[in-house]
Amino acid sequence: MSRKIYFMVLTLLVLTFYPNPAYAMHIMEGFLPLPWAIFWAVITLPFLIYGLKSIKDTVEENPGFKMLLAFAGAFAFVLSALKIPSVTGSSSHPTGVGLGAILFGPTVMTVIGVIILLFQALLLAHGGITTLGANTFSMAVVGPLVSYGIYKGAQKAGLPRGLAVFFGAALGDLATYVTTSIQLAAAYPDPTGGIAASLTKFVGVFALTQVPLAVSEGLLTVVAVNFLVSHNKSDLLALSVIKREG
Amino acid sequence: MRKNIVLLLLAVVIVFMPLVINPDAEYSGADSEAEAVIAQIQPDAEPWFTPLWEPPSGEIESLLFALQAAAGAGVICYFLGYHVGKRKGTGAEQ
Repeated sequence: MSRKIYFMVLTLLVLTFYPNPAYAMHIMEGFLPLPWAIFWAVITLPFLIYGLKSIKDTVEENPGFKMLLAFAGAFAFVLSALKIPSVTGSSSHPTGVGLGAILFGPTVMTVIGVIILLFQALLLAHGGITTLGANTFSMAVVGPLVSYGIYKGAQKAGLPRGLAVFFGAALGDLATYVTTSIQLAAAYPDPTGGIAASLTKFVGVFALTQVPLAVSEGLLTVVAVNFLVSHNKSDLLALSVIKREG
Repeated sequence: MRKNIVLLLLAVVIVFMPLVINPDAEYSGADSEAEAVIAQIQPDAEPWFTPLWEPPSGEIESLLFALQAAAGAGVICYFLGYHVGKRKGTGAEQ
């Protein structure tokens, strides 16, 4: 029991001191017009509520999952804090939410993501309170949904586990930044070319920069899952991440 | 195990490759570049809300950064060590 408490405290510490990745991705405070801010918050809310219920059910089913949950959370914190250079000459950071989505399902990472984003907005002036809904939607709803969907689909199609994890995590990461680009393009349509022209510009800034980072995140997630398969197989089987005899 | 080391090395190469092939770039943040794009599309765009609190300096920011990296890595390594030790303890190592 004390181990669990220790973990909760550590996790809280991580959250509290979550740094400002000065070079990063989230939509800046105050940059989304109010109607859009409300729109994204309202859309995100059901995922958040479902995610809270999902965490409660998961932990009730097997309290031992808490430790794996802390691991998935810590993985997301560390990865989303690493500011990494890209071939485009600018920097961004991975999201790290793909691993947790593959392990626990997408909405669990909505909860972890919103906690990260809230602390960043409050303590580090990164992202923002007014853009919290939009940023949560891109990083903690769309990203995990894509990761989870691709992992499960690739698994069904019979792809090797490593490839399924790689594409799940990498494309989930990329999907987050494409979503951010769409959100900004919708709020700032180009006066002549409209939303499509804006989208091209924002995709150029966010999504292209992200490609090599998404590849790195995919590789790291594969390593993490490989470790879990060799050292914590029972949890993965219980969570249906892998199939028996895998 | 060897496969994992190769994958990690590959990730490290991908991370640092840009600095080698494009050493003169600024490597500023994608979000500040997005701000520039917004200014270009809609020159009168102004943030209508400002952060409630900001770290007073880059040093304080990097303090928070170092603390976070250490704490996050701590959780991960505790987890890794716990499971490696558990497997060895139960004699299930390969």
